[in-house]
Amino acid sequence: MTLFTQQLFNGVALGGVYCLAAIGLTLVFGVLRIPNLAHGALYMLGAYVTYFFLTTVGVPYVAAIGIAALILFVLGVLLERLVFHPLRNAPHTHHMIAAIGAMFFFQSVAQAIWGADFRRMETPISGSLHILDAEISAQRIVIIVTAVVVLALLTWFIKRSIHGQTIEAIEQDRTGAALVGINPAMVSMLTVGLSALLVTIAAGLVAPINLLSPTMGDSLNLKVFAIIILGGLGSLPGAIVGSFALAIAETMTATYISSAVGEAVAFVVLVAVLAIRPTGLFAKAVQR
Amino acid sequence: MNGLKNPRILGTLAVLLVVALTPIAFGDEAYIMRVITVGLCSTIAVYGMNIILGFTGQLSLAQGGFFGIGAYAVGLLTTDFDWSFWQAFLVGVVGTSAIGYLSGLIALRTKDEYFAIFTMAIGFIIYLTISRWEAVTHAHSGVNNVKFPAAGDLVDFSNPTAMFYLVFAILLICVYITYAIRRSSVGRTLLTIRTSEDLADAIGVNVGLSKQLAFAASAFFGGIGGGLYASVVGFIGPDAATVDKTFEFLMFILVGGMGTVAGPLVGTMIVTFLFEFFQDFQAYRFIVLGPIIIALVIFAPRGIVGYLGGFVDKRARQRRIGSVGANASSRPHDSTGPEASARTGTSADNVTTTEEKN
Repeated sequence: MTLFTQQLFNGVALGGVYCLAAIGLTLVFGVLRIPNLAHGALYMLGAYVTYFFLTTVGVPYVAAIGIAALILFVLGVLLERLVFHPLRNAPHTHHMIAAIGAMFFFQSVAQAIWGADFRRMETPISGSLHILDAEISAQRIVIIVTAVVVLALLTWFIKRSIHGQTIEAIEQDRTGAALVGINPAMVSMLTVGLSALLVTIAAGLVAPINLLSPTMGDSLNLKVFAIIILGGLGSLPGAIVGSFALAIAETMTATYISSAVGEAVAFVVLVAVLAIRPTGLFAKAVQR
Repeated sequence: MNGLKNPRILGTLAVLLVVALTPIAFGDEAYIMRVITVGLCSTIAVYGMNIILGFTGQLSLAQGGFFGIGAYAVGLLTTDFDWSFWQAFLVGVVGTSAIGYLSGLIALRTKDEYFAIFTMAIGFIIYLTISRWEAVTHAHSGVNNVKFPAAGDLVDFSNPTAMFYLVFAILLICVYITYAIRRSSVGRTLLTIRTSEDLADAIGVNVGLSKQLAFAASAFFGGIGGGLYASVVGFIGPDAATVDKTFEFLMFILVGGMGTVAGPLVGTMIVTFLFEFFQDFQAYRFIVLGPIIIALVIFAPRGIVGYLGGFVDKRARQRRIGSVGANASSRPHDSTGPEASARTGTSADNVTTTEEKN
């Protein structure tokens, strides 16, 4: 039972990380209709930039994540402007190929600057808590709390603030939104920037638990895609439910069956769900 | 005979001839021969991608996985089970096609982005199986001493040049199959699906079955490429099945030109040489190649062969307009042959251009 509670908390913490990554990705899909395959690479860069500010520059942990998130926001805006914007009228295969090019580019840059070796980011938050006999590291508690706070802020931003509402408007109807005076190009940049910012927070939070390497984004990339496909592309509730469900499934199978099964479970679930519902669990009505 | 007047066919034959003659230039250098032969194996897999992506317009990201299945089938059967190469190759290719067909049954229920990501998941499941199922695939230690094909005392396939010609001969068959598909009603069916799935459905094309067969065909080519690759290299590891492998194939086809007959070969050869050229920078090569991929998609999405094809069509059209003007009074029946072929060329080109504008 202790092991179960422990793994449940680990699963929820992992779910928080997936959630921050998945929401950005699903927002980008909703607005730009692009599955941004470079998302995992942005996550990796976010982790490295946080690492750089924390260890090399020596600013406090929270500030390091904040600065990294802002830098990645700008990078996201540039990615949209330089890569996705010119391709907005191209067939859908072209964006994905361009995103793959961006992904390789980011990985090579990270490797050129920080090398291919694994790096460890020292945990600034130490200690652990005891909940129901289980020992939960403070870092995981921080992840869960931050994820909830960020999600709440994001929901407020999208539902209540004028800039956030433009995102939803464009998602619903691009032409209609443009007719009432919303600039789709600006919203696209904002959305990709926002997704990079969210994924950097996720990376900064999880980096002390995992090791850093230029390819650290690859497996996250695939899993987050599995999550948003599972939830239905462009659906926020789908991304949130999918993140926690898959993360808990992953930690549980890794504990009780084997780590290889834990790694594969996301994709097995994905195949099973798509076999029954080809548009995911929470898919909105198909827009064309 | 008429075919020889078509610049596309002439160009394809010229490229094939150049590749066929490479052993004369590099025959003594085993390393270069091996790089080229491995490139040809990838080319075969890229031809598979050409059918599903280039003709049918569905981005399948499982190709690396199918390549891996073909490679591991040959690798494991010839070592652990001591089969001959040919038996293992046959089983590998049939097996890969079957796995492709079966996964297509589920994968093709999804569309567009869902299909791309779903096939990426299939590719990743294949990779995970290969890299983690230690009891069967030896996981990260890989498979050593994969057998060369045996041909009695006739040919010794441990000779790099002999192996090159074997792979080249199989590649020729694949190029011919692609050419035949492109010309036949099957090819036009697939192109219609690429242009508009709804339109194809409306005019009575069995969209589901056509996509299903195209997907199985792509797995078939992937299996052939992988099986040959295992034998050429002699050692395979889980690298052979990574999703990165798929992305590599994608770059090859993009540089060469999607939906063309010569594109995969041209693209693979050029990029393989670029890779070799950047060998010293290994990990950093994508600092240059990444932006090149992006620039190609933005500025030259039709690839090298696509552009040459467009150029040829433009000239043919100009010549036709010119000859129609000149021949209008004197010899109206003389130019029907070339004119007819030019017209079919133009209509094929129209299909491509409408797709580009979507």
